[in-house]
Amino acid sequence: MTAVMEPEVGKARLRKEDARLITGRTQWTDNISLPGMLHLAILRSPMAHARISRLDVSGAMLRPGVITAFTGADLTDRQVGLPCAWPVTEDMVHPDALPLAKDTVRYAGEPVAVVVARDAASAVDALEAIEVEYESLPVVLDMEAALAEGAALVHEDKGTNKCYTWIFDSAGAGTGGDVAAAEAEAEVKIHRRYVQQRLIPSFMEPRSVVVDPKPGDWTMWSSTQIPHILRTLLSLLTGTPENQVRVIAPDVGGGFGGKIGVTAEEMITFYAAERVGKPVKYTESRSDTMVSAHHGRDVIQDITLSARRDGTITGLSVNLIANMGAYLGLVTPGVPLLGAFMYNAIYKIPAYRFECTGVFTNTTKTDAYRGAGRPEATYAIERIMDELAVELNLDPVEVRRRNWIKHEEFPFTTVCGLVYDSGNYDAATDKALQLLGYDELRAEQTARRSAGDPVQLGIGVSTFTEMCGLAPSRILGALRFGAGGWESASVRVLATGKVEVITGTSPHGQGHLTAWSQIAADQLGVPFEDVEVRFGDTRVAHKGLDTYGSRSLAVGGIALVQACGKVVEKARTVAAHLLECSPDDLEYSAGSFQVRGTPGATMSIVEIAGAVNAAHNLPDGVEPTIDADATFDPETFSFPHGTHLCAAEVDTETGAVRIRKYVCVDDVGRVVNPLIVEGQVHGGVVQGIAQALFEEAVYDADGNLLTGSFVDYTLPSAADLPDIESDRTETPATSNPLGVKGVGEAGTIAATPAVVNAVVDALRPYGVSDIQMPLSPERVWRAIQGGAS
Amino acid sequence: MIPAAFDYLRPSTVEDAAAALAEAGDEAKVLAGGQSLLPLLRLRLASPSLLVDIGGLAQLRGIRVEDDVLAIGAMTTHAEVSSSAEVQADAPLLAAAAGAVGDRQVRHRGTLGGSLAHADPAGDLPAVALALDAQLVLAGSGGRRTVGAADFFTDYFTTALAGDELLVEVRVPRLSSWGACYEKFHRTAQAWATVGVAAVVRRENGSIAEARVALTNVGPTPVRAVAVEQALAGADATAEAIAAASGHAAEGTNPTSDLAASAEFRKHLARVLTRRALHAAAGL
Repeated sequence: MTAVMEPEVGKARLRKEDARLITGRTQWTDNISLPGMLHLAILRSPMAHARISRLDVSGAMLRPGVITAFTGADLTDRQVGLPCAWPVTEDMVHPDALPLAKDTVRYAGEPVAVVVARDAASAVDALEAIEVEYESLPVVLDMEAALAEGAALVHEDKGTNKCYTWIFDSAGAGTGGDVAAAEAEAEVKIHRRYVQQRLIPSFMEPRSVVVDPKPGDWTMWSSTQIPHILRTLLSLLTGTPENQVRVIAPDVGGGFGGKIGVTAEEMITFYAAERVGKPVKYTESRSDTMVSAHHGRDVIQDITLSARRDGTITGLSVNLIANMGAYLGLVTPGVPLLGAFMYNAIYKIPAYRFECTGVFTNTTKTDAYRGAGRPEATYAIERIMDELAVELNLDPVEVRRRNWIKHEEFPFTTVCGLVYDSGNYDAATDKALQLLGYDELRAEQTARRSAGDPVQLGIGVSTFTEMCGLAPSRILGALRFGAGGWESASVRVLATGKVEVITGTSPHGQGHLTAWSQIAADQLGVPFEDVEVRFGDTRVAHKGLDTYGSRSLAVGGIALVQACGKVVEKARTVAAHLLECSPDDLEYSAGSFQVRGTPGATMSIVEIAGAVNAAHNLPDGVEPTIDADATFDPETFSFPHGTHLCAAEVDTETGAVRIRKYVCVDDVGRVVNPLIVEGQVHGGVVQGIAQALFEEAVYDADGNLLTGSFVDYTLPSAADLPDIESDRTETPATSNPLGVKGVGEAGTIAATPAVVNAVVDALRPYGVSDIQMPLSPERVWRAIQGGAS
Repeated sequence: MIPAAFDYLRPSTVEDAAAALAEAGDEAKVLAGGQSLLPLLRLRLASPSLLVDIGGLAQLRGIRVEDDVLAIGAMTTHAEVSSSAEVQADAPLLAAAAGAVGDRQVRHRGTLGGSLAHADPAGDLPAVALALDAQLVLAGSGGRRTVGAADFFTDYFTTALAGDELLVEVRVPRLSSWGACYEKFHRTAQAWATVGVAAVVRRENGSIAEARVALTNVGPTPVRAVAVEQALAGADATAEAIAAASGHAAEGTNPTSDLAASAEFRKHLARVLTRRALHAAAGL
């Protein structure tokens, strides 16, 4: 009899990794201590733009415990610019981003000098003995000012602050009509300018790096999302053969995109270890994080929507200015491009044009932050859809419904040429409306309005989609990205039948250990508990492209399915030999092969693993292993979607916003683990709410970051946030065998416009149609007063 | 985030602490709950050569009822103050405000005395001490003296404490028959008050016999809203009277503009929050 195993995929398994992560019984990078290890501290520029006229580290060298101190000048023959892997256009301006400034600093926080000492405290103390004089240069912070004629230049030798201009036009691409024509004929044309404020990715674990410079066996531990990409680039940047470089990302405490760079700190620590010939550690403080880890968003969006009076959209054009900061990070210029194909969202839009100009300013560089490009796109389209609804006196849900792709129209080719494989926007929206109690809240809103209640109620709608599963390698190539988008997995069945999964993804909080165990358990028919998952060490997982862009499950998960399939096929050959039948006569289920029609003639994968390990009796020409590797390169992206609804109360006397109810129905395709999905959605929604109401990086006129700590950079905590009611619809992706779509960024993308739409909706009677994010009490109050928003 | 090196002393008597402070002069800092001082040290915004840790002075911890006064040891934590039945009964304003300080961790480490001695204009408890006319007992190498809250707060982060003095006790008049409310307005639950209003009201026969209002973070020190108090003395206990009086709340304030709010918005908040605090304190 064949045993029936309950499928693991779909089960709300508690996460295997949580006990060690929550109790801290694990190895964070800063816990690593090697014999003879030294500590590094970095002196950072207090100036946003200056020439270094004098720099003397000799005083620091004399301080107790100090081994050495050095500057950019000392690295002249060694250091090279940090890499940018996404030159989005042929003529993109790519300034040299040296890890340690040579003669000019271009943002406050740029590394200027380094001390290496026996302990971290001595290193920090010795920074005070470094003498440095700056000759200040004009600072340019505002993006539009930076593009104006005669603006001060961030990089004088480049002659411009413009990094690039990138254009997509559906008419030119042959994927849709001409926007200029659509706008000329439009019955309704709405133009808006939205500003995505600058945000600081606030991962829990600050970045940390340890370098052990053993000749022929260099090892870097780093709190990074990208150990594999880092290994390759480290090798290229330092000239160390790749097979002599090992990178380890031990357990990593969050990233949100903030840890996908090859950082100045990693390179400086490498150079320091090389100079002293001993292991060196650098762990940043939160204040360092705030100025030197990359920032996110900071985009000005001009968007024009054309429509007929019945609400049908006829055209969309988008003009962006994106702040690069002072230098380019690993994918800085490409972030807006990840949003370029998402402004049309879930709607049938016949004509579309997108143009983005990247600009240099004297600020910390920007780069990917949770959602990367897609939150910006979703915000702009979902905000302007509300404006269209107001203009046409339609319900905001109705105006969306009139434009979105119907379930029966999938697969649907968008105006960008992307093929959405699946989706059911009606189902998700109807469910969300019911969960919220939409009609009752609308009635309450009307009652409060007519009573002149000082606390007004608003309802915000956000029907979003995103492209996940980064990415089909050939599409990345067409977009001039410097790497592919495949992912790898290996499955080892050990002699005792236990399973080791090796994945090229690099989890930093996502729960891959649990989810990958569930997938492997189903595919191999082994118990969930018998699967372990290894990752993050290039010596163990030698091949991979790491974790970002909601790609791990939709790409890496599929590689795992394929590797498991290969294991089963190898085992089938051995089982047929041992059971003396044809492989075609074998059925595989719940971890066992059974000869069709011969009850009792079975062999489990555990027995086969033992037999293969002994190798006493294998068919001729069969290698004694059933282990297998697979690498998966997706054909297309996946497209999760959902409907988020927010009911917000606005205290019109103080401008305070309270989210009364937040409801989301997400469709992320097939769900491997509902608990993990819910956790991702909740965390994402919280970050989205935080952009809408709380977070903003602010510089003063001299380019000093005023929000340099969590006292001023307003990060909400649980007490400031609503209960989140999350539910799902499940429309499996047709583009991969698991039917999964990805969930890591969904909440962040959807929540921001839902919240802002709710607040603006509450204040429509006051003539308010927009408020600049974050919606601080004062900004809300001033909008009500009719002042500048 | 590593502080500069300092010497550390943990005396077992108030006299030893005062003597150490007298000897070290300006170079010493008193460590109470550490919730404000430690971040300053870690950011190297303060680099004292000596820390005098008064965490070992058990005699500075606890709450006593003495006739018409609550005597609260300076090292009593916010959590102890806010959960004390005596404070809740006799100084509900203080209980409420202590329960609104920082977050749970801060309230279990931070102390009433530390909060008053630090005199952060955005701190909640200085305004409460002012509204309650608390008496502060200071001990120095020359002995003890008592200073009223109105004379204690002298400027930004500056008090009447001499360099060799410790705040040892806070004496709060028992106002058990008064209504009280602390209205705190802040960006997030853990954030400092953008503006706070401490109000206590004594009612007699349907009118307001006496109202006291003190404001947080509208100037270098907490301030009494004198014009509001005067307008309400003897007034009818009505929403209209309170609303009219609250219109004077920003008079005499001098708020700063910062990332949390402009001065103009702070003045506006002072008026709105004063009205709300008085409304609640008057039991309307």
